[in-house]
Amino acid sequence: MRRERETPKQQQQQVSYTVEHLVAVNPYNPDILPDLENYVNEQVSSQTYSLDANLCLLRLYQFEPERMSNQIVARILVKALMAMPAPDFSLCLFLIPERVQMEEQFKTLIVLSHYLETGRFRQFWDEAAKSRHIVEAVPGFEQAIQSYAIHVLSLTYEKIQRPVLAEAINIEGLSLDKFLEYQAANSGWILEKGHGRGQLIVLPQNEFNHPELKKSDADSVPLEHITRIFPILG
Amino acid sequence: MATNYDYEEAPATYDEAHRQDLGYDPNFVPDSVKSLVVHLYRHIREKNVYEIHQMYEISFQTLSDRLFKDTPWPSVDAVAHFVDNDQVFCLLYREMWFRHIYARLSPTLKQRIDSWDNYCSLFQVVLHSVVNMQLPNQWLWDMVDEFVYQFQSFCQYRAKMKNKTEQEIALLRQYDQAWNVYGVLNYLQAFVEKSNIIQILEQEKEGLEQFTATDGYDYSGGSNVLKVLGYFSMVGLLRVHCLLGDYQTGLKCLLPIDISQQGVYTSVIGSHITTIYHYGFANLMLRRYVDAIREFNKMLLYIYKTKQYHQKSPQYEQILKKNEQMYALLAICLSLCPQVKLVEETVNSQLREKYGEKMARMQRYDDEAFAIYDELFSYACPKFITPSAPSFEEPLVNYNQDAYRLQLKLFLYEVKQQQLLSGVRTFLKVYSTISLGKLANYMEVDDPTLRTILLTYKHKTHAVDSEGKVISNADVDFYIDDDMIHVVESKPVKRYGDYFLRQIVKLEGVINDMDRIKLD
Repeated sequence: MRRERETPKQQQQQVSYTVEHLVAVNPYNPDILPDLENYVNEQVSSQTYSLDANLCLLRLYQFEPERMSNQIVARILVKALMAMPAPDFSLCLFLIPERVQMEEQFKTLIVLSHYLETGRFRQFWDEAAKSRHIVEAVPGFEQAIQSYAIHVLSLTYEKIQRPVLAEAINIEGLSLDKFLEYQAANSGWILEKGHGRGQLIVLPQNEFNHPELKKSDADSVPLEHITRIFPILG
Repeated sequence: MATNYDYEEAPATYDEAHRQDLGYDPNFVPDSVKSLVVHLYRHIREKNVYEIHQMYEISFQTLSDRLFKDTPWPSVDAVAHFVDNDQVFCLLYREMWFRHIYARLSPTLKQRIDSWDNYCSLFQVVLHSVVNMQLPNQWLWDMVDEFVYQFQSFCQYRAKMKNKTEQEIALLRQYDQAWNVYGVLNYLQAFVEKSNIIQILEQEKEGLEQFTATDGYDYSGGSNVLKVLGYFSMVGLLRVHCLLGDYQTGLKCLLPIDISQQGVYTSVIGSHITTIYHYGFANLMLRRYVDAIREFNKMLLYIYKTKQYHQKSPQYEQILKKNEQMYALLAICLSLCPQVKLVEETVNSQLREKYGEKMARMQRYDDEAFAIYDELFSYACPKFITPSAPSFEEPLVNYNQDAYRLQLKLFLYEVKQQQLLSGVRTFLKVYSTISLGKLANYMEVDDPTLRTILLTYKHKTHAVDSEGKVISNADVDFYIDDDMIHVVESKPVKRYGDYFLRQIVKLEGVINDMDRIKLD
């Protein structure tokens, strides 16, 4: 496996273009396995992500189990976890043999996924802290999970108490203050004073946490349907 | 003219041992078979698609039923001289010959391997030479469908190593390329690429190509074989990927086909059902329950209305089987995502009849419920395969269930994660607002646990589609203001826009009719 260093941006883009191209036109080819493995490492170091390429690699591992690299698979799973709320983690698990999933590091990742799927953020961060070697190997992990946490919270809460938010994104004290100020300035968060119980954060309104904004698509008519009656309308 | 075929009266010039081994004489060609191949060959050369279809669908089946109930058809060598030893015809005949073996008898390992060789030869011809035939869509679909089926069957067969004989193991070792997964996938992919079908479908949308309009047939003197094989190979790829557990890629392979419309895939009932069954199953595993429910609903309604026309067809049993399986999958989807208004009346009543009781028990999410999820999933799921080559090391084991067990385990895992959602739903339906504390009390959990349950509900009912957009499939929804839960009821909305459009068209029709009336 090639040792990862900072690659020049152009060269890096060329690599990703070539691999994506391979996956699109010649995916059922055992010879591209090393390229796909390198691409996983590429994704990790440059904080990019490609589900299609990773699924392609997991398929090749399925076809030729002797060539499977547990380390690469672990990295793929961590990247998939970072893609939540997309179901990528499950999609990857479908392709990994059961006996491999029984190994320690994979059991841990599955537990982490379980906590995230069921909104148990406190347990997630506790477990993640115990498994630093797995998760810290992938830059951007913490931010990705925090982003997912905020996504689910935004679906659920119109107004959320500070401690609940803090526990979900694993930020406290001064760092949290800074974080909240940043979100208030850039993402439309509003910081309120809750009744005696500390800060309340008002999350930006969307159709999921604010019913009046729910798009009523029931009465919208697609343009193609209207064009069909143009001859009649004259 | 059919003659009564009697094995024992075959001429003594044939190899006795050979005959005894096979239990039939491969070189004896009844007159009816000779007549069939001669006429079929002529019709293919003359591109009489209708006649080809009649002979393929009906005559072949009738003769199989009458003369070859439990024996193979005459060998290709015996019929070759009736058809000028035409290479392509012989390959087609052999393909049907093997298909008959799989359908009525049990193929030996050697036959499985020979069938693979035949497909390779046949596909090479279609891919690399100019084939000037028009074959019925039914036949072309059957070829792709059978190809994938034999692959699946071979993987299942190969995975049962425990009781293999010495000869079988030797053959497996010798012909290790037969039915290898790379070969299967690459042939299907090659058809898609070489036929240019994706571009053809794209250009058809802009009116630059004709494909769907002609049901895939070529009316300008060319051949439909490569194009239609390319088209059906997309469905074949969806199927293979589902067998491997790669649902995402499977659906991607199907993307060029617009399943919200009629198309060549609906021109053959088998293709229509296979497409929707796998599309629905893949979406179920991807947690896109609404998409699965919609398509299963449409398909089941279609089968309900049209199955009477297929009663005499050789596919009838398969149609019924897939029908039952889709009802089971629909029951699963609706239990995980109660959206009954997506299901049409007829389908719903059939569903209640078959699975009403089970669905009620599934929503309880207790041990019995999981047993039912297990039962329905196991009944309705595809026959998953392990594509890798077997290990020949002692002890030889059977691992044909491994793939299925993994998919089932992961599916039940997902069901388990949704365990508490049903309870939440019941409460949300009753209240318009309720404090977190009170609801926690009713559900007998503490506040933090309730918060996680509510977050899970939101996460599981808001799926991310293929473009990354969040879509809610919750029938009852809510939002939380500090510690107050506000329930949002989604009311059914009248679709005025559609109504007006229909009335406008109708009125125009009436006016046109009136204009046509001449008053004396």
